[in-house]
Amino acid sequence: MKKFKKLSSKLTPLNIENIDTDQIIPARFLKAVTREGFGDNLFRDWRYDNYNNLKNNFILNKIKFDSKILLAGRNFGCGSSREHAAWAIYDYGFRVVVSSFFADIFKNNALNNGLLVVQIKQNILDQIFDKLIEDPSIYFNVDLITQKFYSTDGIFEEKFEINNYNKTCLLNGFDNIDYLLSIKEKIVKYEEKK
Amino acid sequence: MGKTLFEKVWDDHVVDSINNGPSILYIDKHLIHEVTSPQAFNGLNNRNIKVFRPKKTVATADHNVPTLNQHLPIKEELSRNQVDTLTKNCKEHNINLYGLGHKYQGIVHVIGPELGITQPGMTIVCGDSHTSTHGAFGSIAFGIGTSEVEMVLSTQCLLQYKPKTMLIEIDGDLKDGVYSKDIILYIISKISASGGTGYFVEYSGSAIRSLSMESRMTICNMSIEMGARGGMIAPDNKTFEYLKNKEFSPKGDDFLKTVKKWGNLKTDNNAKYDKVIKFNANQIEPMITYGTNPGMGIKINENIPSSAINNSEESFNKSLEYMGIHSGEKLINKKIDYVFIGSCTNSRIEDLRVAANTIKGKKIHNNVTAWVIPGSKSVEKIALEEGLNKVFEEAGFEFRQPGCSACLAMNEDKIPSSKYCVSTSNRNFEGRQGPGSRTFLASPVTAAISAINGYVSDIRNHL
Repeated sequence: MKKFKKLSSKLTPLNIENIDTDQIIPARFLKAVTREGFGDNLFRDWRYDNYNNLKNNFILNKIKFDSKILLAGRNFGCGSSREHAAWAIYDYGFRVVVSSFFADIFKNNALNNGLLVVQIKQNILDQIFDKLIEDPSIYFNVDLITQKFYSTDGIFEEKFEINNYNKTCLLNGFDNIDYLLSIKEKIVKYEEKK
Repeated sequence: MGKTLFEKVWDDHVVDSINNGPSILYIDKHLIHEVTSPQAFNGLNNRNIKVFRPKKTVATADHNVPTLNQHLPIKEELSRNQVDTLTKNCKEHNINLYGLGHKYQGIVHVIGPELGITQPGMTIVCGDSHTSTHGAFGSIAFGIGTSEVEMVLSTQCLLQYKPKTMLIEIDGDLKDGVYSKDIILYIISKISASGGTGYFVEYSGSAIRSLSMESRMTICNMSIEMGARGGMIAPDNKTFEYLKNKEFSPKGDDFLKTVKKWGNLKTDNNAKYDKVIKFNANQIEPMITYGTNPGMGIKINENIPSSAINNSEESFNKSLEYMGIHSGEKLINKKIDYVFIGSCTNSRIEDLRVAANTIKGKKIHNNVTAWVIPGSKSVEKIALEEGLNKVFEEAGFEFRQPGCSACLAMNEDKIPSSKYCVSTSNRNFEGRQGPGSRTFLASPVTAAISAINGYVSDIRNHL
């Protein structure tokens, strides 16, 4: 897993609630047998019309893309357990998703792939969406060590929660499977006891 | 203090815990399919390790398989490659595969229970969010991502944070024309598509007890649609009776001994849940969804709400615009184009029986295309023996072969853009049944009677 410590970036606002993993990556693009390349079809049906033409009013097509932080409405990542959703977001270039509420499986999938999820209060999220309408070029910072999400202009500063175990994994690029393999003796003992 | 059913099963499977971190949870049964497993096997190959406990994993091909001519090679190259990759991986790692053509092939959440792979008190996972289905047997069952599939393949364990517990109790008698699909759509409409997030649900109460095992599966199946990781129901005599003589159930004396053990799988009287929600069964009516998440459901005769419930106004309006409907309008009598009876929610033999019974001797409306997709080869076999395929075909339905089909439209079975489909599946997301498709989720009888009339119909007018 790739390490994550800190980054600074503009935000990509997607002020829609309940963005499900079918929107993030539709099922018909899940036919690959490797993890790469899913970014091409991120938000496919919002980015393209039925004739594969770009929809110009969709945020990812509107601005020149130079953002690593996706800002999305509440209950982000609900629906299907497809990890392809996390792969697609990461592959497209995002490293952080900020929302007021995340679906459980998506959160696990994201963290297992070095994609940080930052949960902030609903009223703050709304304020940031409003602020971005005035000034979309404002920079935000995500610092995993201090667990802070803040704007460079100092207007917004939010503390976010992350479990110590996940934090250590992200900071060091540790992998859950390596950890589980390292305790195999304990697993075998459990099996014998059963 | 006593323990809830969830806590009993959870505690029994904790191998170890990380201080201030997740638990290491042992997994009894792991189900895999062609779409979410290939990258996990790649991970194992990259680490040069084999599957740790191959007998605890069972595989089938369901998500992208065609539902016609399954005896022929799969035409679509990418789908064929995914199914072939599953076959190759299972062979290399010594995993039991019920692939296309096998008598046990079918939707992963249909075959687990019908083969007795699913049993009370187990931990069961699969790279599919509807794994919650298996909770109907009193097991902890939930969907996982591909990295987690890799964890289970390599160590038979997962790192998991213990979720909070929620009790949903439904007492009272169900009205005529109300099925388990209506119960779960009603619950989700009340607590929203995210109301269960962070929780593991237990369903109880006399209305739940009165349901058959297959109906209970429909309820647990859609737990994820309110955000809950899973839902479970304490096993009882119906559970034990269902599992008797199943392929992988214990046999003879063993079965009796095991049933005795299973009998302890219930919440203690003095146990506490983090949240308790109660509903009255006689408040529930046939339900249908109007929007683009499963929480957007109404009683079939109700008006579409005039403003957002559980959604922001903006998301609510976006949803109605996508669906081509207006707030305040009714769905009843709305013209439809497609009917889909299938998916891990409603493709079992009881679903097919009630649907067939509804349409027997009638013809579907000229403007409607209707598909019935049995959940598994075993369901298909019973349906053929009972002549249900003939009932459907004589009415103008297409009776096809098992798979996930138009629930997620990964194969050729897609609802065309802007067309309306009354569907017995579990998700009404934008484009879920094909780009631009518009889904109304409902029970098998509502879907069946709507196919006959050509518009959204209330089964109670036809009883």
